[in-house]
Amino acid sequence: MLTNLLAIGPELVLTLTVVLVLIADLVIGDRPARRGSLAVLSFAGLAAAAATFFLLPDGGPAAFGGLVSGDGLGVFFRGLFLVAAFFGVAFGALSDEIPVERFGEYAAMLLATTLGMSFLVQSQNLLMILLSLELVSLPSYVLAGFRRGDSRSSEAALKYVLYGAAASGLMLYGFSLLYGMAGTLDLSAIGPALNAKAAGGSVGIRAGIALAALLSLAGFGYKVAAVPFHQWCPDVYEGAPTPVTAFLSVGPKAAGVAALIRFVVIGFGASVATPPAGGLPWPVLLGVLAMATMTLGNLAAIPQDNVKRLLAYSSIAHAGYLLMGIAVGTPDAVQAVAVYLPIYLLMNLGAFLAVMAVRAKTGSETIADYRGLVARSPALSIALAIFLFSLTGLPPLAGFIGKFYLFAAVVKAGTPFFYVLAIVGVLNSVVSLFYYARLVKAMFLEASPDGAPAVLVPVPVGLLLAILAIPTLVLGLWWSPLADLAARAAGIVG
Amino acid sequence: MMDVPVSWYLILAVTLFGIGTVGVLTRRNLLVVLMSLEIMLNGVNLAILAFARHHGDAQGQAAVFIVMAVAAAEVAVGLALAIALFRHEGSVDLDRATRMKG
Repeated sequence: MLTNLLAIGPELVLTLTVVLVLIADLVIGDRPARRGSLAVLSFAGLAAAAATFFLLPDGGPAAFGGLVSGDGLGVFFRGLFLVAAFFGVAFGALSDEIPVERFGEYAAMLLATTLGMSFLVQSQNLLMILLSLELVSLPSYVLAGFRRGDSRSSEAALKYVLYGAAASGLMLYGFSLLYGMAGTLDLSAIGPALNAKAAGGSVGIRAGIALAALLSLAGFGYKVAAVPFHQWCPDVYEGAPTPVTAFLSVGPKAAGVAALIRFVVIGFGASVATPPAGGLPWPVLLGVLAMATMTLGNLAAIPQDNVKRLLAYSSIAHAGYLLMGIAVGTPDAVQAVAVYLPIYLLMNLGAFLAVMAVRAKTGSETIADYRGLVARSPALSIALAIFLFSLTGLPPLAGFIGKFYLFAAVVKAGTPFFYVLAIVGVLNSVVSLFYYARLVKAMFLEASPDGAPAVLVPVPVGLLLAILAIPTLVLGLWWSPLADLAARAAGIVG
Repeated sequence: MMDVPVSWYLILAVTLFGIGTVGVLTRRNLLVVLMSLEIMLNGVNLAILAFARHHGDAQGQAAVFIVMAVAAAEVAVGLALAIALFRHEGSVDLDRATRMKG
């Protein structure tokens, strides 16, 4: 029993933190230090959750009768989510879009989302996947609609909840078919059971397996904003408060990617090296989705004028790059995805933090208001340029290393299809340079509009920008610690 | 008494799921869309129950309870947003919620 509880130690601490934050919010009431003390309490909870990682049982056995797995993939991503939650809470505390009197709700909802993400990456059971996916979704719907008085925020939440509910309905129907054919909800038993069915089965059985797999994909595709389940993404990112957008673009997306790895690579045993359970062509299917996702994301980003919307399409494109890695499915590819996501977290959070700082002073999110920013706020402009070039994948920035690992894994797959996939990926990176550079050009080469306010960055925001920008620079030159950690995360499929 | 075969349940389940899906895709009234989502999930529940009975497995029955609870939570958020939409637009017509495009 104790081993079971220790295996979910970080989640237990997170749960406690959510409750404590809500109670503290009531107790503190309208005192002046409300925002600061709630933020400190949340940080303390996150630190305590991080400390319980040292208490995790050795060897990562599955806990609770196989409901959750203690493997390296789960541990790696759970650590990453704590970092994402730290920045999410900090952004919220510094943003004027989150009113002081509702900051407690914000922190509690954000930590609850983090709790769901932590459970999602270790779920080994279809029911557990569904439950934790909903635990990620429900608080994030609330977060997206956090500004009740703002009709754009409400509209964002409405679109999020309707697409989300429909996608989880489709996924659930897929799960029910999988359960019907395999007779179990346990992910590790479903693959072998489906293999046995498909081996002697009729065309009907194979079609059933294919249908079940495609429907299940809907839920994951929605979470990572992959084509054709991406339509909610730009509207939600534009309408939601900026700190929420920043968190949604890294946290739930990373959780969806990790869960998809577990579902496809572990559940179905799919990779280019081994034929997947039920004879499904996962690598080709996911590869095609990856191409469609990155191409659509990058092309749709080009004409955008709203920076948050532009970054939303850019995040769709990045989901496409990540899907390439899942399509390959080899240990190398899983390692590449695990290298890419922390880097993506740094640069994307950094870009949104810069957007937040500009918005706080100018009240605007359009590219036109970024003209001449370098004269008004040199440090902020340089930081944002670093993040944008890193998102493009230019050396010597961290984004280049992430892309390098991904493309190397795709090329190593060695079939003609994957060569095409790699070429499409490289072409897409070139296209992405166009719109990222458009923003950089506006900041550095164009004159400020008349009467544009100076953008003074408050000290805490500047500090956070530095915390995000320095690793983005350093990881581009010295990435071996991250690569080692990622290799341990990928050990599961090795 | 005659035993009802599993396939009948599955046919009913897929019919319910289909009706719900069509409702979600075509209806413009938020309340009707939320109702259609419920019908989708109830179709799924019926399918899971039928399979659980077929396999003689209790996991599926437990799953149905959890799906029901999750569906209720989802609708609670949906209804809260319906109220927010009504306050802004004076109606729950989804065609009014189209400020952002592109």
